[in-house]
Amino acid sequence: MLADWQYIAIFVALSPIFPLAPVVLNRLLGPHRPNPVKQQTYECGIETVGDTWIQFKIQYYIYALVFVVFDIEAVFLFPIAAAYGQLDLFAIAATVLFIFLLADGLIYAWSRGVLEWV
Amino acid sequence: MSTIIDLLKSLLSLSLGDFIRRTFGTSPGIELLIDIGGVVILSTFCLLIVIFLIWLERKLIARMQDRIGPNRVGGRYGALQTVADVVKLLSKEIIHPSGADWISYNAAPILTVIAALLVWAVMPFAPGVIGVDLNIGVFYVMAISSASVMVLLLAGWGSNNKYALLGAFRAVAQMVSYEVPMILALLVPVILARTMSTDGIIAAQSIPFLLFAPVSALIFYISSLAETGRTPFDLLEAESEIVAGFHIEYGGMKFGMFFLAEFVNTLFWSGMFATLYLGGYRFFGLENWVSADGYPYGRMIGLIVFFIKTFSVYFVYVWIRGTLPRVRVDQILNYNWKFLVPLSLVLIFFVALIDKLIPAGTGPAARMSIHLALNLLLAFLTLEVLRRRGRQFRESLSGGDGPGGREALFPDDDHGHGSDAHEAPAHDDHGDMPLGSREPIAVPIH
Repeated sequence: MLADWQYIAIFVALSPIFPLAPVVLNRLLGPHRPNPVKQQTYECGIETVGDTWIQFKIQYYIYALVFVVFDIEAVFLFPIAAAYGQLDLFAIAATVLFIFLLADGLIYAWSRGVLEWV
Repeated sequence: MSTIIDLLKSLLSLSLGDFIRRTFGTSPGIELLIDIGGVVILSTFCLLIVIFLIWLERKLIARMQDRIGPNRVGGRYGALQTVADVVKLLSKEIIHPSGADWISYNAAPILTVIAALLVWAVMPFAPGVIGVDLNIGVFYVMAISSASVMVLLLAGWGSNNKYALLGAFRAVAQMVSYEVPMILALLVPVILARTMSTDGIIAAQSIPFLLFAPVSALIFYISSLAETGRTPFDLLEAESEIVAGFHIEYGGMKFGMFFLAEFVNTLFWSGMFATLYLGGYRFFGLENWVSADGYPYGRMIGLIVFFIKTFSVYFVYVWIRGTLPRVRVDQILNYNWKFLVPLSLVLIFFVALIDKLIPAGTGPAARMSIHLALNLLLAFLTLEVLRRRGRQFRESLSGGDGPGGREALFPDDDHGHGSDAHEAPAHDDHGDMPLGSREPIAVPIH
């Protein structure tokens, strides 16, 4: 069981080498003559105005909230699905009820207009 | 001499690990070396096949668009075009945009490739040819692939560029949204196989799960298109709107890393589709063939079968890219939250219930028929609902104000059609809140 994760641990430890190698090679092979104009951020050919890191559209936040609900639900549903063969009909009925409650949440969010792109 | 023949036979039967264990004995150190070798071979394979994938995609897209495609570098088929591109990318100057967040700007291209590589650990290529058969394989894939969302935000945020930031926001909204139907669709094969291990799901497919749950397969396929950001959903790098999205400020090999990760991911989801719905490496039991002297040559057959299935799925990805136009951001999100998520919830609802009601002794063919009938019924009902909605929509269009009918064409602009109409007051409740009244950020376009 733990030996399975040895492979993952080795993979995590070694995997940075594969993307780092070409990037470092690029740094060694490519020229490096920076100047202020070259380093300007690209924006339609005119100079950028104001700060980039300011308020963002709140809509994204609401989608993220709805997503979190469904993502947590996955944590519950995957073990149930894996143990499906050992569960009796009552447990499955309870799971189905759980899914129904989730769907109810989606319908509520929908009817409140949360899912409208504004 | 006999060792060399042993080595060659082991290579041909994809059992190099067994050869090392035979020759050098088994010890934790040897196992560690085998694991390291496996990681290096797997990663190198993933990185090198991208060279082929890019060439293949360019050629296929060119043929679909009635062009020739690359045909100069490396013979009349342009086989070395990508190699030349890689050399070009390697010799580019690395430009560091002013005001960029150094850590997130430089970490993002590395992390995106790491996330793209790590998921391959649970991909079963052939019987026994798998990085590691985790008992939570499918869950591991979801966990790692959702990390790539954060990487995109790092890239977009770190670049200090408004286009990049917009692209990153779009990418996060889209990927996060499409993860929900993907998770729900993935539950169906897990329920049918009663295991989360990818190898176990293949073992359970005496009949491919595509025939059990075609609706689930379709939902999974569409969501994987969005997860990889491929064409109908390539809004995150829409070059005509936000230039190149999150990777606008990247050049040289750092850009190359994003490009590479995208192709590795696309191939991964093709392979995952083949594994979960097409039976993976299974080929009428031939994949388990072991020769008289004990070499599992069937693995080679399994590998070939796996790649035939994977590249068939990959071809459909390219085909879709050559066919469909890009959709708008509100259409993408509406399609997900108002169509795919409800549909996959209903699907998982019925699959979970029906599969328990089927008596335990039922054969796979009878079980498949019941599931297939349920799926087809669901597909029919879905199409019927869509048809009714479409008719309502067209009636509201023709009953509208003259030839323009703009609000019917763009229902989200103001008061719309059908069920959207009663939602209008809900908007007004938030009238004084910053919900929709504020411009996203100070950018001339949105």
